Amino acid sequence: DAKLLSEPLSHPDFFNVKELFSLKDLFDARVHLGHKKGCRHRFMEPYIFGCRLDQDIIDLDQTMQHLQLALNFTAHIAYRKGIILFISRKRQFCHLVESTARECGEYAHTRYWQGGLFTNAHIQFGSGVRLPDLIIFLSSLNNVFEPHVAIRDAAKMNIPTVGVVDTNCNPCLITYPIPGNDDSPTAMELYCKLFKMTIIRAKDKRRQSEIFDELR
Amino acid sequence: LRLIYTTTAVQRKNVGASGPEKYTEAFIKKQIEEFNLGKRHLANMMGEDPETFTQEDIDRAIAYLFPSGLFDKQARPMMKHPTEIFPEQRKIQWGEDGRPFHFLFYTGKQSYYSLMHETYEKLLNVQKYQDQLAAQDLPPRKEKRNLAGSRWLTKIELEEMLLEKLSDDDYSRFIQLLQKLMTLPCGDIEEKHIQKFCKEVPAQLQKVVFEPLKYDERGVAFSTGEGTRKTARASAIVYDNGTGKITVNGIDILHYFPVLQDREQLLFPFQFLDRVGKHDMVCTVSGGGRSAQAGAIRLASAKALRSFVTEKEVEFMRQAGLLTFDPRVKERKKPGQEGARRKFTWKKR
Repeated sequence: DAKLLSEPLSHPDFFNVKELFSLKDLFDARVHLGHKKGCRHRFMEPYIFGCRLDQDIIDLDQTMQHLQLALNFTAHIAYRKGIILFISRKRQFCHLVESTARECGEYAHTRYWQGGLFTNAHIQFGSGVRLPDLIIFLSSLNNVFEPHVAIRDAAKMNIPTVGVVDTNCNPCLITYPIPGNDDSPTAMELYCKLFKMTIIRAKDKRRQSEIFDELR
Repeated sequence: LRLIYTTTAVQRKNVGASGPEKYTEAFIKKQIEEFNLGKRHLANMMGEDPETFTQEDIDRAIAYLFPSGLFDKQARPMMKHPTEIFPEQRKIQWGEDGRPFHFLFYTGKQSYYSLMHETYEKLLNVQKYQDQLAAQDLPPRKEKRNLAGSRWLTKIELEEMLLEKLSDDDYSRFIQLLQKLMTLPCGDIEEKHIQKFCKEVPAQLQKVVFEPLKYDERGVAFSTGEGTRKTARASAIVYDNGTGKITVNGIDILHYFPVLQDREQLLFPFQFLDRVGKHDMVCTVSGGGRSAQAGAIRLASAKALRSFVTEKEVEFMRQAGLLTFDPRVKERKKPGQEGARRKFTWKKR
């Protein structure tokens, strides 16, 4: 059992997440498109490639690296049977995100965030709740263009976060930011597809390893 | 660490703050077993067969063994199945390893949001179907649903269905989504889903069926009517082809009702329909006083006249107040007051 958990940690890319996406896929899904120059957040400047006609373009090489790290991390969490929570406050993609979470077997929250969901969990839910082990933000702003409260709450409760940060977002408290577009439907569908495939892959691998162990 | 001196009142646990009592599954199971055993004991006590002892028999037996004069039915002793007594509660939402069962558990209102999710999915299905039909150039189906006879579930009914508290905004949003789904031309595909949230409204205007004319031995048409006013009960038989003679309890109205006001009340229905000299009436009346008996006979005769007259005139009668039962009775005297409304004389000192 200990070997089951420690073996994936020795490889840099045990689940081979690199093959799931390529630069061309990201470009075709318009992941590189950011908001206008006026909306730019100061802390996103390192991730921006340039500015064309006042519109920021995100550096896809950096996005590739961040995406690979983030997908690798989610795969490890899913392998170790952690609870993953998808959060997105974009009304257009609410249904898509919820369906993705349902198909993975994980959880989603695309609705109004009630105040003490993490910090007051034992009173809101019951006394034996288990909080999520990973939170994936498919859009890190809420409907008023402010950073989502869950970023701060996750940091308070020591829950690692993976988040798609657009040029107007604050990437500070997110452990694995993924600079990229969060407004286009094609980009969101791509992210959902990638996360779904990694989680399913990791879970299958876990089941296979358990079966191998039992056979021995 | 200093000991802070507190009173016993503060140390006592705030029992109310923990919310309504939570019943475990084991507790409910035990209650069900006890109920079944008790049912058999009761059947033996009453001398009936324990196997075929229904809930109605239980109610009758309890009413016989524990007679109670309390007005509130729910305050009387009752023996019902535990599922009817203990309100339905949510069981623990997560498994042994801690993973919640429902994928929207972390939202807080999982049933409501999953309902919204499903309804939205139906909406998308309908839109896709519409696009398919448009692509094949087929006209969209137009089937009208009966909007008048149904209403949406109320907020309380929805809360009971979902076992969750909702806010007014949540409820209105859900109803708006359902209305949007219904108004789409191809919304009929999702009929089944919508039907779960519709309720039949019984027709409020029930047609009052009034009897047709009856014919007695002489071939004269007649009809009967009954009326009440205060404590007077009257029953009237109105005959056609008459001279306007009215008999009360075998006595002519001139002798029975010496006061003009009462005779006017009796003649009002006939005067309203311009049939003053055309009908005969025989009525019996008991109880009440002079005025109450007159009012009761008036109502009875108006009800009898409905059979002689067209529907429009019946509507006119109803609007004139001839067919309405007068609910006014003497108001009771209250303690601390001299009469029903009159208070005792107020003295400043």
